[in-house]
Amino acid sequence: MATQHSRSAARIMMAPAVILLLGWMLVPLLMTLWFSFKKYLPLRGGDLGWVGFDNYVRFISSSSFWPSVQATLIIVGGVLAITIIFGVLLAILLNQPMWGQGVVRILVIAPFFVMPTVSALVWKNMFMDPVNGLFAHLWKFFGAEPISWLSEASLQSIILIVSWQWLPFATLILLTAIQSLDSEQLEAAEMDGASPLSRFGHITLPHLSRAITVVLLIQTIFLLSIFAEIFVTTQGAFGTKTLTYLIYQRVLESQNVGLGSAGGVYAIILANIVAIFLMRIVGKNLDA
Amino acid sequence: MGQIKLESVTKSFGPVEVIPPLDLTIEDGEFTVFVGPSGCGKSTLLRLIAGLEDITSGKISIDGQDATHVPPAKRGLAMVFQSYALYPHMSVRKNIAFPMKMAGVPVDEQNRRIESAAAALNLTDYLDRRPGQLSGGQRQRVAIGRAIVREPGAFLFDEPLSNLDAALRVGMRLEISELHKRLKTTMIYVTHDQVEAMTMADKIVVLQAGVIEQVGSPLELYRAPRNVFVAGFIGSPKMNLLTGPEAAKHNAHTIGTRPEHIAISQTEGTWSGTIGVSEHLGSDTFFHVKCDAFEDPLTVRAGGEVALKYGDKVFLTPDLTQLHRFDAQGLRIA
Amino acid sequence: MARAVTPQRKALNTAIAWGIGLLIFFPILWTILTSFKTEAQAISDPPVFLFFDWTLENYSVVQERSDYMRFLWNSVIIAGGSTILGIIIAIPAAWSMAFVPSKRTKDILLWMLSTKMLPAVGVLYPIYLIFIRMGILDTRLGLVVVLMLINLPIIVWMLYTYFREIPGEILEAARMDGASLKEEILYVLTPMAMPGIASTLLLNIILAWNEAFWTLNLTAAKAAPLTAFIASYSSPEGLFYAKLSAASTMAIAPILILGWFSQKQLVSGLTFGAVK
Repeated sequence: MATQHSRSAARIMMAPAVILLLGWMLVPLLMTLWFSFKKYLPLRGGDLGWVGFDNYVRFISSSSFWPSVQATLIIVGGVLAITIIFGVLLAILLNQPMWGQGVVRILVIAPFFVMPTVSALVWKNMFMDPVNGLFAHLWKFFGAEPISWLSEASLQSIILIVSWQWLPFATLILLTAIQSLDSEQLEAAEMDGASPLSRFGHITLPHLSRAITVVLLIQTIFLLSIFAEIFVTTQGAFGTKTLTYLIYQRVLESQNVGLGSAGGVYAIILANIVAIFLMRIVGKNLDA
Repeated sequence: MGQIKLESVTKSFGPVEVIPPLDLTIEDGEFTVFVGPSGCGKSTLLRLIAGLEDITSGKISIDGQDATHVPPAKRGLAMVFQSYALYPHMSVRKNIAFPMKMAGVPVDEQNRRIESAAAALNLTDYLDRRPGQLSGGQRQRVAIGRAIVREPGAFLFDEPLSNLDAALRVGMRLEISELHKRLKTTMIYVTHDQVEAMTMADKIVVLQAGVIEQVGSPLELYRAPRNVFVAGFIGSPKMNLLTGPEAAKHNAHTIGTRPEHIAISQTEGTWSGTIGVSEHLGSDTFFHVKCDAFEDPLTVRAGGEVALKYGDKVFLTPDLTQLHRFDAQGLRIA
Repeated sequence: MARAVTPQRKALNTAIAWGIGLLIFFPILWTILTSFKTEAQAISDPPVFLFFDWTLENYSVVQERSDYMRFLWNSVIIAGGSTILGIIIAIPAAWSMAFVPSKRTKDILLWMLSTKMLPAVGVLYPIYLIFIRMGILDTRLGLVVVLMLINLPIIVWMLYTYFREIPGEILEAARMDGASLKEEILYVLTPMAMPGIASTLLLNIILAWNEAFWTLNLTAAKAAPLTAFIASYSSPEGLFYAKLSAASTMAIAPILILGWFSQKQLVSGLTFGAVK
């Protein structure tokens, strides 16, 4: 429903965004590929020539590789599960009639405004510190031995911190979706004798599927690359070394750009597998 | 200032040809109505003239100048949309001023034209309101006002009354006709309602499936429909179209007779039948009569006070001077 | 339609919701409270909640030691600049996708989003090299460009969903009224989409403000924003809880305040325009 003129205008107007993103994607990607086939140590001799797939073999056969993939998936999966489940429950709660709904909503959204470095630092020192953290005080109050959270339950701690940051987002999207649910549908189901639980399962939950998809997509995009939370808390120790962090260490800490780049290519492949999988669901769900 | 000529214009959406080659000339100052059932391509045709869609092939000229590749803004046409398409963030005054602002009309000239358009359209009290605060009829007037102030070569109306309720529609119909008489500017008006077409048009273009079925004045179309489609489409209630042995008696495949051209009698006549549903309008009564000779009931117009009721036996006699005859292809037999 | 809810039921809802809301908010509240304590009170056992000697000393120490204003200014420029630049580039693109859709529109949108999935760390070194080569390492300009690029897909997507709600007939009317494409976008589309644009703006300012990979890795002394300011407290100095809290409060306060003042747009923005 448009003219040749507007179609060509559309192409021109889309060009800057497309070209910029294409450049942003391709140039560093090609450079990463290039480095990944080289022995490249910027502080120890620089470019030491082509090494074929050496970096790839070394990166994948390193003892840190598979644990890092595992840590990544556990963190992403854990945060997704927690934020979606609690997000649905919180959204239903916030949708109930109550006093001061607006204020509660602000309280619940607030963690989203907190920058990751701040939230990681606050959680690490003021809550999870085994001596002075609030959790330690709480444990002692109940006569339990304080836990050194970030070393003894490191993955769970990271998941807790990141979930705290993302729960507001999930809740808000799901709340918006619940509010758009036609109340007549629920009333009709009630007339048909459906129990609250089956009303939730048969009407509310399917209605939320699109919102859940959006949460899934957007959070995965951001969670795959969480960095600051680990950088500030454990620096990758105690089994919290995600793929992102492992590569970061190879590139910046060991200054082995070739090896890090090979890792980067693996990370890109992993991200693409997740992306293809997600885009399938989202593409289908977005039109609805 | 406003002759529009289409020469073998076609339009395809992908592989689907919605308008096969079409020729049409709209004379300067004419009120032309495109009418046809929904999906007949009348709105598409209007959008082609407006320049909102490209024609696939052919030529459009406005005032003798080739406008085929001229963008909509430069064609000197104004359009009133079905949804009115008012700018919701602007006051009525700003809405009406917008096309003049785009054209760089000086501000005092803008104000002069706004005042006179507002006076003509009864909008003077509403100039500072937003469209959201207006009724449907008022929004319609703002849309017309926005079109008038441009002093365009031609006005294009895309089903402008279809969002109004019935009473308002009759009023706006008169206002638009009045406007045309006053401005004497070319107007092209798209509607699916043949009553609007008959009451407003100088020239009616009947379209079906992208094809022009007939072009002519309302009375030409009424008196001499070129084919069965036009015969059935123009006139209210619809013409009775009859086939079978009775049609063969008149050397035709189909014969048509309008409800107002059939005499009804309880004693004698050509076709015998039984009264079915009757619709009393006060001035007229429309009887649906099931005749033995035809499968479908015939519609017959009679006076408002005719006392016939459901199940009465009657006889119908068509006025043979007003009988329309069509061949097997549906074309009129002269 | 709404049936009356018993006051008891409503009170119960209120109590539970407020309880959970305060629990979620508690870390922020605790940080703010701690920032007003003395270092000794900050680690006192048992912890003190409200009854301590309120002091502003930590704030002045933090400002003196770290030059907070410089970091704040960097954050403002980087977050604001990248978002505004992104919106300027995204509006025409979103116009194209929303009003002249083609079979490829959805593919392009999904492709744009997928660029966000590229792990930043995978391309950190190349970007680092390019930045050195172009002389924009540790400059605000460099970060404005990078953050614009990483948020561009989200900006385009959000604007696209907002634009799609605007009836195309109104833009056609503008075209018939003689508006050029530029005028159509400037005078008709943009004002009509203002609530959506505002939401997009707010959300992306927050995302850029809080971005903590590129801002940490591409800056040193000159262009470092608040994310880096606070990261410097993760060293042993972090053990000074009250000062850490003051610094944290200073880092998040601008966004918290911005968020509270523009809650409505933000709530709509937070859903990325994807859920109505």
